[in-house]
Amino acid sequence: MSRYFTDEHEWIDVEGEIATVGITDYAQEQLGDIVFVELPAEGTTFDKGDDAAVVESVKAASDVYAPISGEVIEANGALEDEPALVNSDAEEDGWFFKLRMTDPSELEGLMTEAAYKKFVAAL
Amino acid sequence: MTANDTIATLEDALPLEALPLDAWHRARGARMVGFAGYHMPIQYDGIMAEHGWTREHAGLFDVSHMGQLTFSGEGVDEALELLLPSDIRGLKPGRQRYSMLLDRDGGILDDLMVSRPADGAFDDAAIYMVVNGATKYDDIGWMIEHLPDDVVMNHMADQALLALQGPEAGEAMAALVPGTAELIFMQCGAFEWNGVPLWISRSGYTGEDGFEISLPADAAVAFADALCALPQVKPIGLGARDSLRLEAGLPLYGHDLTPAVSTIGADLGFAIQKRRREEGGFIGHGRVMKELADGPGAKRVGLTIEGRLPAREGAQIYVGDVQVGDVTSGGFAPSVGAPIAMGWVSLPHSAIGTALEIEVRGKRIAAVVAPMPFVPHRYRRKA
Repeated sequence: MSRYFTDEHEWIDVEGEIATVGITDYAQEQLGDIVFVELPAEGTTFDKGDDAAVVESVKAASDVYAPISGEVIEANGALEDEPALVNSDAEEDGWFFKLRMTDPSELEGLMTEAAYKKFVAAL
Repeated sequence: MTANDTIATLEDALPLEALPLDAWHRARGARMVGFAGYHMPIQYDGIMAEHGWTREHAGLFDVSHMGQLTFSGEGVDEALELLLPSDIRGLKPGRQRYSMLLDRDGGILDDLMVSRPADGAFDDAAIYMVVNGATKYDDIGWMIEHLPDDVVMNHMADQALLALQGPEAGEAMAALVPGTAELIFMQCGAFEWNGVPLWISRSGYTGEDGFEISLPADAAVAFADALCALPQVKPIGLGARDSLRLEAGLPLYGHDLTPAVSTIGADLGFAIQKRRREEGGFIGHGRVMKELADGPGAKRVGLTIEGRLPAREGAQIYVGDVQVGDVTSGGFAPSVGAPIAMGWVSLPHSAIGTALEIEVRGKRIAAVVAPMPFVPHRYRRKA
């Protein structure tokens, strides 16, 4: 399994043609207490960059974009009951949705964990 | 990922200024944002934790961005009664009142606190006023235009303003300034701490018991340190200030109150005492009297929201296909454990219990007009 990162502070785990997407620990810390996550329905298809989810913190709503193109095969139902999972475990149990990728070549432009760490350190 | 944080974009055209406690906030790990033209702390530990701390203990808020004004001179009461719809002549020494500035059409230019220091108690002023930070220069301009030459207005630009709020605010404040234990809600007076003159009122904007403390800017760090050294007190950011005041049903100027809305529609008629309604003589009186007689076109209401999706400022309120209003403040209410909102709806749909729908990102969510406050006020009414 490989993990990729975007400059929009999302992480993507890739296993075969399936990509699991979430927001990074840095992102959840910037957002603060998360009170609601609006997730896409199964079967929704996205082009890279489409609005895919919305994270509501106490203070504001933030859009999450599809980091790659694909069809949603599962959304993380645990976030419905416990949106704060994104705060406590953003990069594991707080995942947002799984996509069946339609264009895995889009992964090529994304960052490795080391590159993302450097990117965040420079912000 | 992009945050649509409205606080961060306010006044972004001008360079931000630093307030007296700027370095103090940063040293405590505050995340700073631009608000009302200043760098201000939006949060330290997180909005939920800070909100909860204030409801259970005591939170210290830096509100030094607000405008502190004093008025003195011959005929000051009469002059201010032209500008304010509230009873100023009847305001006793050591008392504070909520009031507002109205324009000629009765629209709300700002909401404010006005108090009368006892003779010589504070800056030799007859009247002390606290106005909102984002509107203070417009307020000053408006008042200069309408005050006679004999009345002198002083903008106390070298004073800091702190608020200590929460059920343990009383004991915390008494530990540093014992005399404050005597104050009850909306009373005020001059005190001293380590030789520093303090002007303290028992008031605030969270719905909790608490104080607002005006003090010289150069003493603000030492006093904030002394307060935060007490076990009851932690510094609290703007984020929790907003969620606390929303739960308390208190309107926020620039959002729930604007020049487009009226006092009676805003349910702030309590600020216009009987004598002022009868006698008039203040700017905007015509609209007030007309709306008292005929009812306002729209009202400010509280809204409880079904489910967990927050409805925020700007969301449209519907009955069927007809838009009947707008959300003017909204978010997750930590002490309620659910989203709540404040909005303006047309009069026929404003009664408590009315079922409405709010559109959020193309979806309709169910809302009901609810009594405010959402969380009961706990002011200290009696000694």
